[in-house]
Amino acid sequence: MDALMLSRIQFAVTAGFHFIFVPLTLGLVVLIAFMQTVYVRTGDRDYLRMTKFWGKLFLINFAIGVVTGITLEFQFGMNWAEYSKYVGDIFGAPLAIEATVAFFLESVFLGIWIFGWKKVSKRVHLFSIWMVALGSNLSALWILIANGWMQHPVGYTIINGRAELTDFTAVILSPYAWLKFFHTATSGWVIGAFFVMGVSAYHLLKGNEVQIFKKSMKTAAIFGLFSSLAVAGIGDFHAAEVAKTQPSKFAAMESIWETEKGAPVILFAIPDEEGERNSVELFPIPKLASFMAFKEWNAEVTGLRDIPAKDRPPVTPVFLGFRLMVGLGALFILLAGTALYYLRKGTLSNKKWLLRALLYSIPLPYIAAQLGWIVAEVGRQPWIVYGLMRTEDGVSVNLTTQQVAISLAGFFIFYGTLMLIDFYLLFKFSAKGPEKEGRRTAEAV
Amino acid sequence: MMLQTLWFVLWGLLWAVYFMLDGFDFGAGMLHPFIGKTDMERRQIINSLGPVWDGNEVWLVTAGGATFAAFPTTYAYMFSWFYTPLLIILFGLIIRGVSFEFRGKAESDKWKKTWDFLISLSSFVPPFLFGVAFGNIFQGLLLDGYGYFGTTFDLLNPYGLLTGAVFVVFFITHGALWIGLKTDGRVSERAVSLMPYLVPLLAFAVVMFLIATFFSTPLFGNFFKMPILFLLPAVCALGIVYVYFIYKKSLFQAFLASCAAVLTFIFTGVAGLYPNLLPSKINPMYSITAFNSSSSDYTLMIMTVVVLIFIPIVIAYQIWTYYIFRHPVKPEDVTDPDVETY
Repeated sequence: MDALMLSRIQFAVTAGFHFIFVPLTLGLVVLIAFMQTVYVRTGDRDYLRMTKFWGKLFLINFAIGVVTGITLEFQFGMNWAEYSKYVGDIFGAPLAIEATVAFFLESVFLGIWIFGWKKVSKRVHLFSIWMVALGSNLSALWILIANGWMQHPVGYTIINGRAELTDFTAVILSPYAWLKFFHTATSGWVIGAFFVMGVSAYHLLKGNEVQIFKKSMKTAAIFGLFSSLAVAGIGDFHAAEVAKTQPSKFAAMESIWETEKGAPVILFAIPDEEGERNSVELFPIPKLASFMAFKEWNAEVTGLRDIPAKDRPPVTPVFLGFRLMVGLGALFILLAGTALYYLRKGTLSNKKWLLRALLYSIPLPYIAAQLGWIVAEVGRQPWIVYGLMRTEDGVSVNLTTQQVAISLAGFFIFYGTLMLIDFYLLFKFSAKGPEKEGRRTAEAV
Repeated sequence: MMLQTLWFVLWGLLWAVYFMLDGFDFGAGMLHPFIGKTDMERRQIINSLGPVWDGNEVWLVTAGGATFAAFPTTYAYMFSWFYTPLLIILFGLIIRGVSFEFRGKAESDKWKKTWDFLISLSSFVPPFLFGVAFGNIFQGLLLDGYGYFGTTFDLLNPYGLLTGAVFVVFFITHGALWIGLKTDGRVSERAVSLMPYLVPLLAFAVVMFLIATFFSTPLFGNFFKMPILFLLPAVCALGIVYVYFIYKKSLFQAFLASCAAVLTFIFTGVAGLYPNLLPSKINPMYSITAFNSSSSDYTLMIMTVVVLIFIPIVIAYQIWTYYIFRHPVKPEDVTDPDVETY
């Protein structure tokens, strides 16, 4: 292993870890803001208790999400200095704007929300949670504008040996970036919705605070159905954009080796990268890949064999990651839809199997989101900026293998510990249920 | 030329504001297990930071992001050359952030003491290492045509260590004033009772720093070319003296004076650096400056527009937060069951 490989693993680990905590923040905060809105408008104290209960779980996660975000900002310079130099003229701007426009909003208003229960009026307090929701989702937008540019560089020219910005509007209005943002944000909403549904299901199974958790379940199921439909719909457009702008990634997602018109979607395959073919292909659906990519049944899809081997991404993880992600996405629509159906019929509490399924589904949207990032980032290889700069050219030149090995080991130990503590606290406070009004136990403070 | 100079000033300003704000929560974090004797007293201190520390820390993210956007080459070199110290700073900031959140989440004594220790340690390490890093930048780095060839241990030279120590003393004093101002009762009294020792120590540290700076760095070159810059260290010195004479009458004024002192202290260094961002002590030819490391004028122009619109808005709502939480934290605030606290 050299500094390059270790740096890549380190980025994958730190970004993947950051993205365990951030998406829950994106979704959960929107749900909490909804609950608090209902409370402020109707005065229903159940919604106040819901706001506080889910708020506490949100805060446990939020802290790690924020601090691990700093890691990512630092890493571009620490491990990817050549990349930072080459694209800083373009890539730095969205990061700086994220901090200025979104991150401040999120952090400052969260401070008001946590500590301001008695210091500001109800409306200002409600306003502050909406600002946190806006801030965290805006923050994702700016990050994904930056990432979208790495995937599909636009609005630049190469001068003085680096990429210089020529058209800022093209960068911030890049369809690739926006599709990626909506796809990512809505996937975070799915995570938030399934988290709330799962924890609510746990309490409904136990018969705790039934009223509170039925209301939570309903709010989350509606939101979950809406967002899992949205994530799939936007995902479809996103895949089409990928086919247009990143043919090698699309070919890997579908494991298509031969360039052909009317390319099929193969539901299951085992890619054989050495032999440049699929060793097993099962259940092809004719012409679907062409239609997905270009909305035309007979469109031509570039196969991997027509892309030089040195420019191809690793096929297996991208193909399998994509398959699994899509499968999970379909499952989320089904689960949220079923939950909502029985909620409307008023029989959800009797459907133990469904409640159990919802409880055990909590990790699934997280897995789907991580798989999505594997498809996006492994699929971008060997490019750090698609078609423009290779990953191997982006790494810092002065790094020693030893330095990165030590830091990587540090991240593993450190992040591992944090995760254990976080899970412990999440389990503890999820299981405990909402506080009784006006008389909190000493343990909670 | 104009834009690069403007961004150099903004770059310095972002760092200075960051240290002014996160500085007091570093200081209060370092002090809290010593000034707070009981769990309740410690919680008063931590809760006085609760609503603001996160917003303060975003100034670091903004300073980092602005360095990336405006001076990408500086950003790339600064972060990759200082790999190890930055990694330690990073771990420190991570521990600190989660410690605030996790500390109150279990009733066990051992749990709380562990987080108290971690808050204190992680409030000490980042500012100290930032000080060491800035000290080394002030002094000039071992840069040749191929980059930095020193090691992490080369950074731990006397001047670098002195700068680190000055940062720490500065922030402890700043943090003690904050605790005095923002808590109630014995915690506040204890913090204030430290002032007769802390302020002279700080004055001594800053004077030592200025003398050492005169002898071991080229920073004062710009000051002799543009004597008006001497206002910066002068305001810093006056601020510290003012703190000494006013704190008994008005902690608020003393805290503001301390803010001014931190700002001007950092800016003294920044003004001396200009136009260098990472000066070479081998040959100025190899220095990374605002001019040879900047983004294109187009990017700088866009960033200028963004900053001119949004930074005033950010400052406005951040000041509003400080206003909302202007009252000192009392023990009964911390135990109120209807209020969320750390």
